Amino acid sequence: MSEEHLDPVPPQESGALRISLRTAAILLAFTVIFTTLMAGAYVLTAPRVAASAQAEKLRLISEVLPPAAYDNDPMVDTIILPPTRLLGLDEPSRLFRARKGGVPVALVLEAAAPDGYSGRIGLILAVSADEHLIAQRVTTHKETPGLGDYIDPKKDRNKTRPWITQFNDLGFDTVPSRQWRVKKDGGRFDQMAGATVSARAVTNASRRALEWATARREKLFALPANESFKE
Amino acid sequence: MSVYRDIARNGLWKQNAILAQLLGLCPLLAVSTNFVSAVSLGLATILVMMLANLAISALRAFIPYEIRIPVFILIIAALVTIVDLLFNAFLHDLYLVLGIFIPLIVTNCIVLARVEAFAAKNGLRASTLDGLMMGVGFIWVIALLGAVREIIGQGTLFAGIEMIVPSLSGIQVLPADYPGFLIAILPPGAFFVLGLLIAGRNWLDHRANERLRLQRQQMPPVAESAPA
Repeated sequence: MSEEHLDPVPPQESGALRISLRTAAILLAFTVIFTTLMAGAYVLTAPRVAASAQAEKLRLISEVLPPAAYDNDPMVDTIILPPTRLLGLDEPSRLFRARKGGVPVALVLEAAAPDGYSGRIGLILAVSADEHLIAQRVTTHKETPGLGDYIDPKKDRNKTRPWITQFNDLGFDTVPSRQWRVKKDGGRFDQMAGATVSARAVTNASRRALEWATARREKLFALPANESFKE
Repeated sequence: MSVYRDIARNGLWKQNAILAQLLGLCPLLAVSTNFVSAVSLGLATILVMMLANLAISALRAFIPYEIRIPVFILIIAALVTIVDLLFNAFLHDLYLVLGIFIPLIVTNCIVLARVEAFAAKNGLRASTLDGLMMGVGFIWVIALLGAVREIIGQGTLFAGIEMIVPSLSGIQVLPADYPGFLIAILPPGAFFVLGLLIAGRNWLDHRANERLRLQRQQMPPVAESAPA
């Protein structure tokens, strides 16, 4: 400490500059090292992450459409949907066309309900070639645990017949469009007392998605793979 | 040896991150809606705290004092990102459950607090142990909080455990027609239960101190004769 006091003024100033440059260089070095580590981890894991995402996607498809129902590759026979307001999607998504022996079986598409109790509810739906909703599942949601989260069959306490399965195999021929609502809104579908908002959001989103898909069914099946769909 | 015992005692009780330091409340309150989520976040936190303490203890000689905070944040964020990627790639099933919690850990100031208060000044082994013990102190409180909120709010316990261990399933603690008590699950419920837990800890500490004081008062001759 006492030696520092003896130092003349100019060297101290240049010393301060040197110290700050050195400190900046150290910070830069740490940034470079840890960015490299992160980039390395990303590159190393990217193929496995992509494989996991694909497996996850196949698993999701299999929840709404049994794999035995189609024989084409869901990763290949897809078309790109631009952001579609009717489906509640504000980002591009992929729509898979399930076929068996070349014959159209079903469209598997994503949709979203923007009006869940706490934000967006993501859905995946399979719409058959004869315009029925084969099944739908909730993929993402933030509904209240224990209250609104029964829209997800994994959280539904009714394990034998979860709420979401009441839509299975219905079409507008059996449930007309204006009755495709929860009972509280004068429709056909049950809701859980005290948690109507979640059920209403899913029901309305599925009606809009079914209307959208049935109106464009032939065009969607006819489009070459990997093409972008335009209205 | 007693150093390690002190580290354990501090982490688990005396300096408990939640009950004594009131740190890491943001993820704590958000995720403790049920037992399984709470434990999942706790496990991920333990892992990151041990790694962060280990890394910074090892690098502490190279980190200038003036820029230590940015460097700590850089290291913690990088570690969390790498853990997130590794989980996603190699433990994908677990990642689907824990995945949303891992980025949350960056927001947990316990990690930065322990790095700054302990790992920057102590050796590798002590720092790793401190990370572990602070993490265990975090997990037992958040698990208790999650369990209490789940039982009061939903009447269940361990709901959703089949997502982590497929052979297990949740149990219905209260009668099946229990209507639920929504406020326990909503954020205010977290504050209520946490407040009660902190009050309980203060009460236990207060009682222990009181007992110690009484013991000292009752035995003045022993205390006085010892130095003589």
